[in-house]
Amino acid sequence: MFIALLIMLAQPPHAVPGEEAVAPYAASNANAGASPVSGRALFQTFGGKAGIDRIVAATVDASVADPRTSDIFKATDLVRLKRTLSEQVCFILAGPCDYTGRDMKTAHRDMGLQTEDLTALIEHLQVAMDIERVPFAAQNKLLAKLAPMKRVIVER
Amino acid sequence: MRALAFALLISAAAGPALAQDLRPSGKLLLTGGVSTVEGSGGGGLSTWATTTGYGEAAGIGANLHATKVELSDFSLTTYGAAVGIFDRVELSYARQYFDTQAAGAALGLGQGFTFGQDVYGVKVVVAGDAIFDQDRWLPQIAVGAQLKKSDQGAIVRAVGAEDDTGVDYYVAATKLLLDRSLLLNGTLRYTEANQFGLLGFGGREGASLQFEGSAAYLLSKRLAVGAEYRTKPDNLAFAGEDAALDIFAAYAVNKHLSVTAAYVDLGDIATFKDQRGLYLSLQAGF
Repeated sequence: MFIALLIMLAQPPHAVPGEEAVAPYAASNANAGASPVSGRALFQTFGGKAGIDRIVAATVDASVADPRTSDIFKATDLVRLKRTLSEQVCFILAGPCDYTGRDMKTAHRDMGLQTEDLTALIEHLQVAMDIERVPFAAQNKLLAKLAPMKRVIVER
Repeated sequence: MRALAFALLISAAAGPALAQDLRPSGKLLLTGGVSTVEGSGGGGLSTWATTTGYGEAAGIGANLHATKVELSDFSLTTYGAAVGIFDRVELSYARQYFDTQAAGAALGLGQGFTFGQDVYGVKVVVAGDAIFDQDRWLPQIAVGAQLKKSDQGAIVRAVGAEDDTGVDYYVAATKLLLDRSLLLNGTLRYTEANQFGLLGFGGREGASLQFEGSAAYLLSKRLAVGAEYRTKPDNLAFAGEDAALDIFAAYAVNKHLSVTAAYVDLGDIATFKDQRGLYLSLQAGF
């Protein structure tokens, strides 16, 4: 009972049911690692928050199933990952979302990620965006925002 | 002296590359460009700062290419191979055959006389990341050299060239403007090659600085369309030489096979006017 209470206390207020406890940190949109695009049009092109949720879920599921990257997610809380990633994309596409996850450097620390891992994720993201019928040029506007994160995500 | 500079560039290339771990690098479709007629990674006519291949085997990517250009009076066929190492170094080789067809007889060389050339290339990426640095204006920059050797030494000298061997040195800058789905490249080349070296090296003057530029619009993951422009020296007294240009479409069937089709205009060649025609290139690799 006491332990359960501790776990509940340790969960950030944004957590959804099924998420594991995390060490406390200060949530801020600055942690998203990119500034939002201007205008609301791109957010609508992605099908709003519901479309982004589907794209993120498909991307994460495909990355977990991909033998190139499956090991990376062995100890990952996928419920939390999908929520924070969806918030991040929604925020970057200038949707009505705040990003409540950790900053990019902290979130990927000691994971030993390499460019190939990122490429695999981008390929799955492209497929997920295709399924949601996001036009290629619009897809690239999101990828352009995510690409520079490589410098802090990839460690070597 | 030229050979020494070339050797130095190769050893400079090997140093940083060998210090890296042997692990795949990973690239997205078409982001390494296709194979130029000189064997290096780039557009069809202009060399880019990107390295060839997808780096899927321990960070090393390689490909083979075959290209055919059917001009009004001539045809150019090239075969080649290139290796990209850790997204940093590219080594390439191309063999070119320039068939003079019926024009050969008119030029006194004989029907179907063919100029051949070997092109050995090395390219080293020195700064930037064309794909991932989307928040910076800095392009990916590479320096490189192409050692070219004509196999018709007596003929190229007879038409006014100084030499049957030459080295092109270049600096290439490539930037993907991902939010506009646009890839831009500019290359400065210090060269004395006549018609890419097929008609020898030098003549009235020595080496000069030439420019090549490419723009490609990405229509989908697999398809890019664009245009290229390349200036060339004009060193042979017997025939003027023009800039080359093309419009192209490159299609990646997958990471192992791509096809490039283009309409090229190489201008006047060896007194034959307005050499234009179709360019088709197949590239296979990993």
